[in-house]
Parts: sequence; C-alpha cells; structure tokens
Amino acid sequence: MSEAPASQTVLDHSVRLAQITNPQSEIVHFGEHEPLPLDCGESLAPFSIAYQTYGTLNADKSNLVLVCHALTGDQHVANVHPVTGKPGWWETMVGPGKPIDTNRYFVLCPNVIGGCMGSTGPSSINPRTGHPYGLDFPVITIADTVRAQARLLDHLGVPDVLCVLGGSMGGMQVLQWASTYKDRVFSAVPIACAARHSSQNIAFHEVGRQAVMADPDWCQGRYLDEGKSPRKGLAVARMAAHITYLSDDALHTKFGRNLQDRDRITFGFDADFQVESYLRYQGLSFVDRFDANSYLYITRAMDYFDLAADHGGVLANAFQGTRTRFCLVSFTSDWLFPTEESREIVHALNAVAANVSFVELKTKGGHDSFLLHEPELFDTIRGFVNSAARQRGIAEPEGWRP
Amino acid sequence: MNLNVPPHAVRSAESPRVDLVLIAEMVTPGARVLDIGCGDGTLMRLLAARRGVDARGIELSQAGVNSCVAQGLAVIQGDADTDLVHYPDLAFDYAILSQTIQATYSPRHVLEQLLRIGRRAIVSFPNFGHWRVRTQLLFRGKMPTTDNLPDRWYDTPNIHLCTIKDFLDLCRDAGAKVERVVALNAYGTKLGVSMPLFAQNLFGEQAVFLLSR
Repeated sequence: MSEAPASQTVLDHSVRLAQITNPQSEIVHFGEHEPLPLDCGESLAPFSIAYQTYGTLNADKSNLVLVCHALTGDQHVANVHPVTGKPGWWETMVGPGKPIDTNRYFVLCPNVIGGCMGSTGPSSINPRTGHPYGLDFPVITIADTVRAQARLLDHLGVPDVLCVLGGSMGGMQVLQWASTYKDRVFSAVPIACAARHSSQNIAFHEVGRQAVMADPDWCQGRYLDEGKSPRKGLAVARMAAHITYLSDDALHTKFGRNLQDRDRITFGFDADFQVESYLRYQGLSFVDRFDANSYLYITRAMDYFDLAADHGGVLANAFQGTRTRFCLVSFTSDWLFPTEESREIVHALNAVAANVSFVELKTKGGHDSFLLHEPELFDTIRGFVNSAARQRGIAEPEGWRP
Repeated sequence: MNLNVPPHAVRSAESPRVDLVLIAEMVTPGARVLDIGCGDGTLMRLLAARRGVDARGIELSQAGVNSCVAQGLAVIQGDADTDLVHYPDLAFDYAILSQTIQATYSPRHVLEQLLRIGRRAIVSFPNFGHWRVRTQLLFRGKMPTTDNLPDRWYDTPNIHLCTIKDFLDLCRDAGAKVERVVALNAYGTKLGVSMPLFAQNLFGEQAVFLLSR
C-alpha cells in the first residue's frame, strides 16, 4: 500500500490520453484483413496490441515467459510507468536477478484488449466513425484477450511459451491459455484466481460499474467526445474495489481507527479517519491512469469468465489431455479469490492426471498479496520457473546463479 | 513442442533411507504414483531416479512444498485426512503413505482412500510392538521414546501409533489384501520372510506393507 500524501496533484490528462493512441511501448497493428474473432460473434478489425519486453529471446525461442496483467494493471511490469512515474507493478518479481530473471528469460507482457494503454479498447478511435468507440466497442471476454495474445506470439514468431503466469484476472488468462493452447504452454502459474467469477465478485463489479455510469460526466459513455471524464464515478468504483483487494487485518494494522491530521473527530463528513483519506487517494490516483469505459469492459470480461461452462459444466474437461506443468498459488488472507477456488482447479487438474503443484501461502495482505513483498511467493515462483526451464533443457547463461 | 520430460531430468537423490529404497523396489517402473506426506520430495526423487516414475505428492508443510516445487516435483499443499476424497477412483497405480499413517486423524478412512485411489497401496510406519518400546513401557512405566520415535508424548505428531499386528487387523477390517509385509530391524535390515509374525512384531522397528483391494 502506498502512503496517502496530504495534497493530491492531478496528473496532466493529456499524458494518459496520449498512451491510448501512441503508447510508450512496442506496438503491433493488425489490419482490416486480419480481424480478431470475438466470443460475442463480432470481430475486431483493425486492432493493436501494445506490449513491453524484458531480457532477450534465445536462438530457439524457448525462453519466453508471458506475464498476464490484472484488471487495472498494464504492460509496464518492470519499468517506470509512463503516466504515473512510479515503478512497474511487478518489479519485485521480474528483472535481472529477480525470481523471473531477465538475464535468463525473455519476459513479454501485452496490454489486454479493451485496455487503455495502447491496445485497442473503448477509448481507441473507431475507424468507421472517426470517434472513440465508447459503448460501440464490442464486449470482450478473457478468451478474446488470450486469442489476441496468441496472435501477438504468432507475429513475434514464437511458437510456444516456457511459462505463462499472472495473478487475479492475469490468472484467469493463464487458465484460458492452458485450456485453449495446450501445446503452446510448457508451464503455467495461475495466482490468486478462479476458474469462474463468483456471484459475490460479479456483485462488487456491478457496484463499480454503476458508480461510473451514475456520474453525469460519463455522458452515456461518450465522455471523450464531450471533453469530460467521469472522475468521481471511477474514483468511487476504485475505492470500493480496493477494499476487496485488501483484508480486514491489513487495514486494521495499517490504519486502525487513527485520525487523519487531526486530534478529534469533526462531526462532519471530511476524511476524519486515515483509512478514508487513503481510499480517497487510491480513487483519485487511479482515475489519473485509467479509462472509465475500459473499467466497464474489463470487469465485464471477468464476470463472463467461466471455464467449466465452456466445457459442458465440467472443469476437468477444460484441461483434458494437458501436458502443461501447473503451479497454483493462493493466499490465506484473500477473500476475493479464496483458496477454495484454487483447490477446485487443482481437483480438476488431478482428475485429468495433470502435473500440478499447489501452494497456499500464509499472508496478511489479502488478494493483493501477489503484488507485495512476499518472500515465500518469490521462492515458489523462482523455483518453479527455473525447474521448468531445466526440464525443458534451456541452457543456463554463463555464470548465472538461480 | 515436446512436453514430455524424461524422469531423469528431475534431480536424483543421494544416500536414500532403507525404507524408501524398499518402497521404491515395490513400485513397477513407469507406474503412476501418489506420495502422500511426501516431505521434501526424497522418495519422489528416488522413484524418478530408480524407477522412471513421474510421481505426484501431497504435503502439509510449507517448507516441504516449496522444496518440492523448486525441484520441479508436482506437489499439492494439502492434508491426507481431508484431501484424498477429491482424487478419482484408481487415479494411480500406487498410493504411498510413508511414515505418515500414525500421524493422521483417521487412519482407517485414509487407508480406505488409498485403496480407492490406487490399484495398490504401500504403507510404512514405526512398529509400536518393537521390544524396545515394550520394555520401556513395562520397566520404566513411561511412554517410550526411541531413535525411531524420539518425541515425548505431549509433543509428538504421532497420535495413532500401532503395532504390525494392529495394522494387520485394520487391513482385515478395511478389506485390504496384504500382498507383502517387510519388517526392518533397528539397523534397517530386512527381517527374514520366514520369521513368524510374533517375532517380526517384536524385532521389527518399522514395517512396510504392500496392499491391494
């Protein structure tokens, strides 16, 4: 959790908007004749995928590690974020000498379809109208996102991945990858996720979406054309969601009932409590780097995710015939994607005699534990990815130490 | 993409324990094996190195699971008492419970699950009928502590200790067919198969059972 500063400076709006059309990332464009078929029945063309890479692809293209980002993440895994100026969201995990060591692996992270950091999404220009898509953007799914990522790999000429990993919505993408592209995934690490979005989680998402849509500045999704931004609605959505990423224990330890810059309660509705100030800061800083319509579309993609339903209601069928090595990770304090959800996936993988490991880590940080400094998580990921590389026969660089 | 990894690509074990070697000898090469209570993966490595087995493990401790995962072994963090019910019938050729049954909450339930999941079950345990155990209780009047059972009564994880004879009774009650019994003395040497049961129960410090339904 980052500290809440006393005063909040609003970042230059134009810096974020520039990332939509001209991101500070690698980008690949697929033209009118290369449409992306979508689960909703429509197809998306043209479309673009913005991505970051770290490390070097080896000669036989066998050392690619694909990182899938979460709902409000993006492709800036391990570099300074171009909008916020903050470190990448997984710099503790990815980099030279880190658990996923870029001295040995070629790490790729694409921005999801529907996102707002360079991949085609609702704030991109619709070539049919010359205006931002807004609600004309088709509703996308996790499977669509993964299909787009596979197209990116095809474009890069990489047949398969050594490891695909991600937390939360990233973990959903990992499961989808392992199910759809069985021969392209050597190993998979779904972290703090589920094979389907639970009723409670859909409910939280609906609260967030209603908050966005209740903001008059949302303008029925046409806020970019109107030169507006539903900042208040999106900030409230983020505040509500942020609570679900933490835990009662973590909030109590950090804030308790401590007051914010005052000695006594004010009998008013200012942010008397530190936890209120913290949440307000989280909401405000989020709207500086995220698009409201992207939030609607990506939360919807998560809601629609139900891997078993796509396979006759039997989750095991999603993994029938898999030879991928799996390592699932859950956290004791995660009540958004509780351990039981991971265990269900483990049971399904057991039912098809898959090679599966499962670790439940004791943490206090809640769902966001996968983003925090958790040495046990680092050890698990480092050990698993390195053993996958060894099993796949990837040579260790000279002088390299795991 | 070739996803098949030869078992020898998994790191091999050094100076393995005699009881683990004995278990490995009971497993046919290339079999599907579940090692319940696999610890740091010692038996799984041994099975990979000597029998070409790509085993799966269950382990409760964080340290054990992390160690296994780092070695490329497929291990699930879980509990023998509660998690075996989630495995399909006959999912494995062998379900192995090495030095663990005496620490389970419900040994009969666990044994029945082993026989459901595996075509065969291999169970090893410390024999509470060993003469050192018996003499300590008889002459000192205190709960025995031996090299094999070093913990005192109040801090031992072993809540369901039994003798070889006791375990035979459980096998009979649970409908398990005993295919082979090997008792090891304090030096880890196999006792002769011709030795009568009462003697094996007296001189065997630990026992390994090969069972089927």
